[in-house]
Amino acid sequence: MGKKKERSVPPINAGSMADIAFLLLIFFIVATTMDTDSGILTKLPPMPEEDQEPPPDINDRNVLEVLVNAQDQLLVEGEWKDVTELREITIEFITNPGGREDLPESPTKAVVSLQNDRGTSYNTYIQVQNELKAAYNQIRDEESRRMFGVVFSELEKDQRREVQKKYPIKVSEAEPKDLGGEN
Amino acid sequence: MSKFKQKKGGKTPGINTASLPDIVFMLLFFFMVTTTIRDASLKVKVVTPNATEIQKLEKKSLVSYIYVGPPSTPALKEVFGTEPRIQLNDTYANVNEIPEFIEKERQARDEAEVPFLTTSLKIDKDTKMGIVSDIKQELRKMNALKINYSSKKGGLKK
Repeated sequence: MGKKKERSVPPINAGSMADIAFLLLIFFIVATTMDTDSGILTKLPPMPEEDQEPPPDINDRNVLEVLVNAQDQLLVEGEWKDVTELREITIEFITNPGGREDLPESPTKAVVSLQNDRGTSYNTYIQVQNELKAAYNQIRDEESRRMFGVVFSELEKDQRREVQKKYPIKVSEAEPKDLGGEN
Repeated sequence: MSKFKQKKGGKTPGINTASLPDIVFMLLFFFMVTTTIRDASLKVKVVTPNATEIQKLEKKSLVSYIYVGPPSTPALKEVFGTEPRIQLNDTYANVNEIPEFIEKERQARDEAEVPFLTTSLKIDKDTKMGIVSDIKQELRKMNALKINYSSKKGGLKK
């Protein structure tokens, strides 16, 4: 009598654990944005220093001139072109397979000069950028396959650098002109 | 007395739900890890253009966003018009506020990470290049040269 029995701690009911977990789960599903941001990665040229000498004139044969006007029309080396043709033109320009006199002596000297109007639509601009990038990617892929047997994105770091050195991306963007049209 | 005598009146046994919390927790952790909670509510309507040569941005913590597009809701349109606007963080901004924004983004990060900071430009495809060029010019001045033209995977569309 009077002797206490050892009391066991009553077990915590875990039945509602699932409910709580579900609640949290649903919160995270709703708050989630799965899409990772993606896009065309580029590097802007640094601001010219004030006492910098003006860049040397580039031989005309080494420059591919791409102009886009406020009506989203494309002028490549003085001729009307469609955006879809730009990739082929750029590839031919950079690689210069026929060794033509009016195309660059070597891919390292090739410069694409891009100029757009302030009224050009962003969509067109991105398409042009995309085609230029596609051209360079295609060339680099071909070169990587020729040299190492795999595409550019699967190369090791120093192999990649080698290909990059051979085919550097040189896209110079001039300050946009304000020739009007709309806006 | 065979050992394998069937029990009479065998009901289908209830499914044991003891492991249900474990399964749910597993899902929960998956979502917690992959989640990036929407941080800024968009006040501009941004439909990014399509492109084929896109790359994924790897380190999300090293990306700062600049949004450009027309005001998204009718109420905002009434006040701010339909011309494309720049949005930094949660508010509309002018081009000349970009340096301050970049500076703040830099201060929020480790000094060693600053050179790897990427600015992702989320720009509506109907925007004119004028405003985009202004932004790019500001970024150049701030020496924030790594940029990303945010775009969706897809073919060219007219």
